[in-house]
Amino acid sequence: MPEKKEDIRIGVFLCHCGSNIAGYLNMEELAEFSEKLPHVTFVQRNLYTCSEGGINEIKKGIKEQNLNRVVVASCTPRTHEPLFRSSCGEAGLNPYLFEMVNIRDQCSWVHMKEQEDGTNKAKDLVRMGVAKAALLEPQESIMSEVQVRALVIGGGIAGMTSALALANRGYEGGLVEREEALGGLLNNLNKLGPTMIEADELVEEKTRSVTGNSNITVFTNARVTEVQGFIGKYKVDIETESGVKKIDIGVIIVATGGRPFVPEGLYNYDGKRVVTQLEMEKLLKAGLDPAIKNVVMIQCVGSRNEERPYCSRICCQTAVKNAMLIRELNPDAKVSILYRDMQMYGVENEEMFRDSKAKGVRYINYDPANPPQVEPDKVRVYHALLGRDMDLPADLVVLSTPLVSQEDAEVISRLLRVPVDENGFFLEGHVKLKPLDFATDGIFLCGSAHFPANIREAVAQGLGAASRASIPLSKGSVVVEPIISVLADEDACRGCGLCVALCPYGALEIQKTEKGRKVHVIDVACKGCGVCAATCYQHALSINSFTDQQIEAQLEAFLD
Amino acid sequence: MLDVGRHPNIELLAYSEVEKVEGEAGNFKVTIRRKGRYVEEDKCTGCGACAEKCPTVVSDAFNEGLGERRAIYSYFAQGIPSTHTIDADHCRQLNGKKCGICAKTCQAEAINFDQEDRILELDVAGIIIAAGYDVFDPSVIPEYRYREIANVVTAIEFERLLSASGPTGGHMDRPSDRAVEAEIAGLEKKAKKSQKAISKLEEKFNEPSAQFYKKYQAGEYKDDEDRKKWADKYTAHLAVTEPLEELKKQAEGFTVAKRLAFIQCVGSRDFRFYPFCSGYCCMHSIKEAIISHEHEPETTSSIFGMDIRAVGKGFEEYKIRGGNNSNITYVRGRVAEITEGPDNNPVVIYEDTRERKVKRQEFDMVVLATACAPIKGIAELAKTLGVELDKYNFIKTSSLSPVDSTTPGIFVCGCAESPMDVPESVAQASSAAERAAEIAFQMDLEKEKAVA
Repeated sequence: MPEKKEDIRIGVFLCHCGSNIAGYLNMEELAEFSEKLPHVTFVQRNLYTCSEGGINEIKKGIKEQNLNRVVVASCTPRTHEPLFRSSCGEAGLNPYLFEMVNIRDQCSWVHMKEQEDGTNKAKDLVRMGVAKAALLEPQESIMSEVQVRALVIGGGIAGMTSALALANRGYEGGLVEREEALGGLLNNLNKLGPTMIEADELVEEKTRSVTGNSNITVFTNARVTEVQGFIGKYKVDIETESGVKKIDIGVIIVATGGRPFVPEGLYNYDGKRVVTQLEMEKLLKAGLDPAIKNVVMIQCVGSRNEERPYCSRICCQTAVKNAMLIRELNPDAKVSILYRDMQMYGVENEEMFRDSKAKGVRYINYDPANPPQVEPDKVRVYHALLGRDMDLPADLVVLSTPLVSQEDAEVISRLLRVPVDENGFFLEGHVKLKPLDFATDGIFLCGSAHFPANIREAVAQGLGAASRASIPLSKGSVVVEPIISVLADEDACRGCGLCVALCPYGALEIQKTEKGRKVHVIDVACKGCGVCAATCYQHALSINSFTDQQIEAQLEAFLD
Repeated sequence: MLDVGRHPNIELLAYSEVEKVEGEAGNFKVTIRRKGRYVEEDKCTGCGACAEKCPTVVSDAFNEGLGERRAIYSYFAQGIPSTHTIDADHCRQLNGKKCGICAKTCQAEAINFDQEDRILELDVAGIIIAAGYDVFDPSVIPEYRYREIANVVTAIEFERLLSASGPTGGHMDRPSDRAVEAEIAGLEKKAKKSQKAISKLEEKFNEPSAQFYKKYQAGEYKDDEDRKKWADKYTAHLAVTEPLEELKKQAEGFTVAKRLAFIQCVGSRDFRFYPFCSGYCCMHSIKEAIISHEHEPETTSSIFGMDIRAVGKGFEEYKIRGGNNSNITYVRGRVAEITEGPDNNPVVIYEDTRERKVKRQEFDMVVLATACAPIKGIAELAKTLGVELDKYNFIKTSSLSPVDSTTPGIFVCGCAESPMDVPESVAQASSAAERAAEIAFQMDLEKEKAVA
């Protein structure tokens, strides 16, 4: 039963914030003004509404004055809305029958020298808040169970680290690897810088831990072919050699890695005399041909150019490491690295770089406008410090090529409804603050699937993604604020799907109903951003606590 | 910060230090000193009324000494917790003088001049070190003349100048110009006072001072004591106003800094100081140059570096965009020396390795991209916790266990481990949380076993 309009009883609490507000606005006038607003039955001024005393006043007001809407005019909702909301809840009022008005940050603080104008602005703000409050509807928090199981896609070092970390905390999960063995790119590597651990040993040790762990189910030669659902409730199809396996999980970690770019047509690449760093790893693993006396490495082959503008981060480290290993195996071999910027960031890399110079690796800077020329037995390069061309004899030329995104990154992106960036790497939720999350809840990211990473970084990110993924797993449920999108007018929805395409969180889907194609809001995935409601031509979607009627009422109150 | 402050599972102990750690992974007993701040944490609402009324002005460490704060303060405006603190070294009341204005001002009655340090004991399963880093002090590099040349600043000082809430409100006012402006303000105050004094006399004798003074100098009013006083006051006034006019004329020519130089690897990749690369400085120089250009479109910047290490996601693209759209020139070379030219303009002397020429170039301001130095006190903290440091004094880890210290149960993240940027620190913080949670989980398992 909707309450009658005359039953609406709004309490307005005006906070002085010490002197932050009361020092600049005429609070007495504001209180008198507020008392006269429609439906307002109680007005109180507090020194600090957020203090224990202030909170008790709100609770007392709800109980003794029978308030059924509360407006607090004070500071910013960023810091204080949750407190006031929950206080209303504690007094028995639905927490979503609360409205906050900021008369400090954008009012008293910016109008310190204009008391009259500032007070008038505060009146407008309070009047708007009260107009909206009268139309507020009670809302209930949305709770959804979480299946306490994870899926890690990709069995390289990052994925294995994630799966093991989750298993170490008692969480079961699946690990899907497209190849027949775990290990990813590590399987093709020789030794790992800067400590020169054998890649094979690391793969073996990690594989043993993963396969021997009863919490982890490993799927090799397998691919994810279908993903349905949302945080806490995913249904995933995994295609394996023995047929399609269907699993139910709560969270997903994407650890699909990257692949080395093959420099077809660049610098006379032939895979024999002109090879990539990855092929160099194989040559080193097999034991280097002692006849190789002159090696020239060229950096940034296929990267930092127009087609692939990014720096692949890890190729300089690889080149330095391999140059040192060549010098170790063939001590009289000459190794030169032709580079643009030596990207030996951090403590360990720079140390290895310095070390390599002491061990006789030579570095020559080249200008991309005048790149080196690879000829049958030599490399010609313009030496900027000498100001002339130099011919470097070369039995072997090694090209440092970037890691590029996986061929199936687009497929995974589509299945999970998560974005990739312009280089095809997966796009994290926030470049600075959410490096291991996607914008969509329940899906996480680590390793070279995000951006080229070395072993240390891939391990750290693997652990970190597991930590992020464990939050919903450990809670066993997700609770979201009910300020989300709802299909308010089902008849109006034509099922056009425009909103589905625009939703940044994958929270909308089109369902077939008796009335035809209609949009359905996955409420736990929705963040209430309002893009869908703003886009819908039919005004079929609406955002709880920000309905068209509520906002219109605010605007009308402002124009009054 | 806000999330930390509000999270029900986090007990925030700001302004506190670890005194002692006993026990082992899964079972640590940690003794913490909660330092007295003379403000009751549970009463202070962070409103800041006290700081407004506090009469004692102190140089503001948060603004790198470029601005001022009061003796009762919060470290910076958005700081969490917003609880204020009394700086006991400068507070008048705490130094035996009569004051207590803050206590009278505070309507929440949070001021407590008798508050003392409190000792807390915590039982925890795991410990995470996130102690951060210090900015390298470049004054030990003689050839860059930091502190000798006013307009040579560090990147973090420049960051404050760029900040809308910083001491210049985001205008790139040069430190030398700001010093002159401060002097003008001081002299104007004095001039106002001396003007007041002579105005009274002018009124009394009904004559302008300058006219009187000419006569006085010519020998009139020889034995007139009153007029002698007037003459003395007038000369004192001139002693203030003449240099004031001079400075004002000088200040007319002041504009914001438009020609900027950024010098990379200041204290990093340098055998005299820190041989390692600090990783993030190339990017903050590029960022500062881009923002400066946004503030003032005529700004041009030169970034001097051996390598420009734009190695993160989107970083190389950002660097190129800076060059194309924000008037940034990347100069390959290590700067040899900075001297001072006319108008307090720093002059950068360097070898352009592409052209093989030694060059001199004049700038309005020079920004030093300083190294990431291990934080002060880390050796003591490491000793208290019983963890090893590497040779530079970062917490020692290994590449396969990147957040594990040498002591089980104690983990590390961020620049306490090694130099790194924001996204890497955020990712590593999650990694360290994961490792600590694993320890807590194992402890719970053992407890369950023991019960069964």
